[in-house]
Amino acid sequence: MITAGIDMGAKTIKVVIMEDGKKVLSMAKDLGGTDTRATTEKIYADALKKASVKMEDITHVTSTGTGRAAAPYAKDNITEVGAAAKGVIFIYPSARTVIDVGAEEGKTLRCDATGKVIDFAVNEKCAAGAGSFMESMARALEVKLEELGPLALKSTNAIPMNAQCAVFAESEVVTLVHQKTPKQDIAKAIHDAIADRITSMVRKVGFEKDVVIIGGVAKNPAFVEAMKRNLEMDMIVANEPEFVGAIGAAIMAVENAGVK
Amino acid sequence: MVEEYWRWKEYRWTSPDLDWKKAKHVTCGVDVGSVSTQVVIMGDGELYAYSNQRTGSSSPESAEKGLRWALEGTDLTREKINYTVGTGYGRVNVPFANRAITEIACHARGANFMYGPTVRTVLDMGGQDCKAIRCDEKGKVISFLMNDKCAAGTGRGMEVFADLLQVPIEKVGDLSFEVEQEPPSVSSTCVVFAKSEASGLLRAGWPKTKVLAAYCSAMAHRIFTLLERIGVEKDFAITGGIAKNTGVVKRLENELKLTVSKPKVDPQIAGGVGAALFAKTLLEKGKG
Repeated sequence: MITAGIDMGAKTIKVVIMEDGKKVLSMAKDLGGTDTRATTEKIYADALKKASVKMEDITHVTSTGTGRAAAPYAKDNITEVGAAAKGVIFIYPSARTVIDVGAEEGKTLRCDATGKVIDFAVNEKCAAGAGSFMESMARALEVKLEELGPLALKSTNAIPMNAQCAVFAESEVVTLVHQKTPKQDIAKAIHDAIADRITSMVRKVGFEKDVVIIGGVAKNPAFVEAMKRNLEMDMIVANEPEFVGAIGAAIMAVENAGVK
Repeated sequence: MVEEYWRWKEYRWTSPDLDWKKAKHVTCGVDVGSVSTQVVIMGDGELYAYSNQRTGSSSPESAEKGLRWALEGTDLTREKINYTVGTGYGRVNVPFANRAITEIACHARGANFMYGPTVRTVLDMGGQDCKAIRCDEKGKVISFLMNDKCAAGTGRGMEVFADLLQVPIEKVGDLSFEVEQEPPSVSSTCVVFAKSEASGLLRAGWPKTKVLAAYCSAMAHRIFTLLERIGVEKDFAITGGIAKNTGVVKRLENELKLTVSKPKVDPQIAGGVGAALFAKTLLEKGKG
């Protein structure tokens, strides 16, 4: 059985095609843009092409993500938390805690060996603790988003960020630049700040080994370093961290197809 | 040059009537806020001169600059100032201040002077925070609540929007009423998220005025929830920069179902006025 999972994120849309919920055939993603429906259709077509399957070969499509209700092709949907747990357990069966930091949301969850969610917390109200925070900070510091993490890793000097709010933090970064603070130290402060926000959420929910980090921000090595330092333990950074939710949805699609 | 829509006009003022030489006490209040700095000079508790400008990256420099500007064109010199009180987030960094007092106390005291002793609730909407203060007939603080963690409901948030929509910040209020029908509020609380939501609305074809209306009402609601927690007793006064934004003030009045007191002087200088009044009291008590 071939299924598809569509993850309609706040910023990017991800599509995964799977066979029997056991093998990933293809993955595709792009920015959501203004016309998310048209974009999703394009990404979906792209994923089908990569997997060399036709649209009619797909038995069932399940969506997830912030915009999941508006996903084309999907017959049903699953929450981001549920999809993240399912996706992570499929790739890392030893995982018991998942930290997921996307563009406009930070989440943490604990799950059992079957991928059933035990407890979770989500921050979707505030950009501090989400990927947009990093984007604002990269802009204020005038470095590319991808360069922000490697830049921070060069610093050994911990300076505090007073502001929590992304808007206030942007002004603080500008002030620090004016004061001739080395860019790498500011970059480190930025990562420590977001990691502290996520850490307090993780502590609230509780955590146990193995901890897996997913979502776009997982690709930032300085964030991962700060998280490891905060929680005083090693963590697994998921391979292709942005696609884990879509994988979870594609696995869910197999179960859902059987029901109907 | 790129136009900076958030950049509001700086200004100064001198009283046409008051002669500082006749005053027994010349006092000064310096409010170094996160976004703006006001220096207020009073003669025996009456307004003599003030300046209002943006705070730079250094608090001491901003205070110095503000004082020089407030004195500009007057025959008053800084040596003649008997006592100075610093307030605002940079209050401990005012080099020429004799003492520092919190902005909560100063805003309540200033509002008492500017709006009269009937004021019982003061909302100070500053650049990077928002405070709801309950006070007595002397302008003494009874209780307060504040938000200084989040840009939603602060002047900085409004500056971000003025920039996004390319509307001069002073015009935001008036333009926000140029809509046929009041749109639903922007649903995101966070300014960063509200910004992306607003971009989406613009792309969906909303005129700027409608987006401004949606943001002003979201901001009014955010402030309303803060006020609701502390309780509003009449008279109700608003100080700080946002007090000048009718788009937020009128919508807040609607939600609270009461009218905001009209200020006799610039609502943005309330903290500085309060500080200068505290300076006078301290002198009179012989603590100067």
